[in-house]
Amino acid sequence: MESKESAIIPAIEPYVEDSSRRNFLKQSSLLTAVALTPEIAAKAAGLHLNEEIAAVFEKMPLKMEVNGKSRILSVEPRATLLDILREQLELTGTKKGCDHGQCGACTVHVDGRRVNSCLTLGVMMNGKKITTIEGLAHGDQLHPMQEAFIKHDGFQCGYCTPGQIMSAVACIREGHAGSEHEIREYMSGNICRCGAYPNIVNAIQEVKNGGQEV
Amino acid sequence: MKQFQYVQPATRQAVLEAINKPGTKIIAGGTNLVDLMKRGVTAPDKLVDINHLPLKNITVTPHGLYIGALALNSVVSENKQVIEKQPLLAMALKSGASPQLRNMATVGGNMMQRTRCGYFYDTAMPCNKRVPGSGCGAYEGVNRMHAIFGASSQCIAVHPSDMCVALAALDAVVIVAGKKGEHRVPFTEFHRLPGDHPEADNNLAPGELITGIEIPDNNLAKNSYYLKVRDRQSYAFALISVAAALDIKNGIIQNARLAMGGVAHKPWRLFDAEKSLIGKKASEESFQQAAQLAMQGAKAYGYNSFKLKLAPASITEALKHAAGLV
Repeated sequence: MESKESAIIPAIEPYVEDSSRRNFLKQSSLLTAVALTPEIAAKAAGLHLNEEIAAVFEKMPLKMEVNGKSRILSVEPRATLLDILREQLELTGTKKGCDHGQCGACTVHVDGRRVNSCLTLGVMMNGKKITTIEGLAHGDQLHPMQEAFIKHDGFQCGYCTPGQIMSAVACIREGHAGSEHEIREYMSGNICRCGAYPNIVNAIQEVKNGGQEV
Repeated sequence: MKQFQYVQPATRQAVLEAINKPGTKIIAGGTNLVDLMKRGVTAPDKLVDINHLPLKNITVTPHGLYIGALALNSVVSENKQVIEKQPLLAMALKSGASPQLRNMATVGGNMMQRTRCGYFYDTAMPCNKRVPGSGCGAYEGVNRMHAIFGASSQCIAVHPSDMCVALAALDAVVIVAGKKGEHRVPFTEFHRLPGDHPEADNNLAPGELITGIEIPDNNLAKNSYYLKVRDRQSYAFALISVAAALDIKNGIIQNARLAMGGVAHKPWRLFDAEKSLIGKKASEESFQQAAQLAMQGAKAYGYNSFKLKLAPASITEALKHAAGLV
């Protein structure tokens, strides 16, 4: 799908009683290709689509706190926390790597626990407090872990870095940064294709041993 | 991902009513289910979120340790009572997945996770577990990760859990709720072998809900070890894993528990090998004999032939660790 198409709401053919499932699927794929506005949902209802089909167009309310700010959103049940953060809230610091829970690039904190946001459904985050990489610094004052990653060259391409840093902060908070071995074990959910691991371990050890509050 | 309806019924009763319809799936942590839905391996019409049910408790009971189905894998593995009474379970949990996934995954969800057989995940390939009757891609395919015990011509996939291997060894009991109330299922009878119906991973009936597990008290805490052999040191599924627990008095084995992961469609309990150890000296020689006994009936399928050597070596190694000989 070309990007310009996604900005256009397609005309919906009038619903006819004998339209085949194939036709419906055609229409629905067009519909889902655009952002589902309430207008479209209303249009669908107006076309006498039965309840089951109409449910497909349902969005659900979601209220969560992101980096200290209360957010009220309307989301599809299948939208992951990762996609909501990046596409609805424009917090693109959290990265989509594998999108299957294997790389850790999407790591965020939910109620203080680090999780893979790519495997988290947004609708299940009602009432939760989310912290992303954007929420670590205080204005221009970087978080000690961010400082340490810069100092120790804890990255090359930088794509895995937001996830690494969110995981590294959690690793210390959990009390799992006692030794190099323990750090490596408890950072194993974050893959770095550039192989910056030794420097990442050094950065975490410096923050841990520096005794700063993380 | 196919669209679906999302509901969050308020009570256990309402959950049981909601899940009693075809096309419905329960979601707890979602670490496996959401992945399967993204890949189109499974496409439920409705998801029933059970996270608000009060099933997160870990409590000491007169019979042992109760763990609610919604207790997080990370929380269970760090729990003081679990570490003190059932260290084997804590070790197995810590060896599984990553810290992030353990922060999402629940005990009940861990039991319900599907195999990681590549043919099950690849919707372009035949798989009797995904599409009954379509064939098994792994049987003559790349089957390095696959079963050496209890497989059938229909399916040679393995159950991927570490936690379940420990629970099978510890004689845990699964507490299941259904329309007619709660009943208890021995952990070793919860999962099943593939036979002619590899689409069924376990014996949980439609409309039933795991509410918790109970682990009876034992004298195995002092001599327990979970050994996991894998392609990389962390964050990988087991090629072979061994849960070993011994009760040793004056160097003589009073009681033994052994189960293996990465070798069968269910956690593979080694009853005969256990029996053979009772009354024997806790020595490398006894462990090697038990390991040989454990391998009776093993069958490899090509790429996984190395498991026929790796498995007994792993059993011996795990027992040595459990007995404090390493």
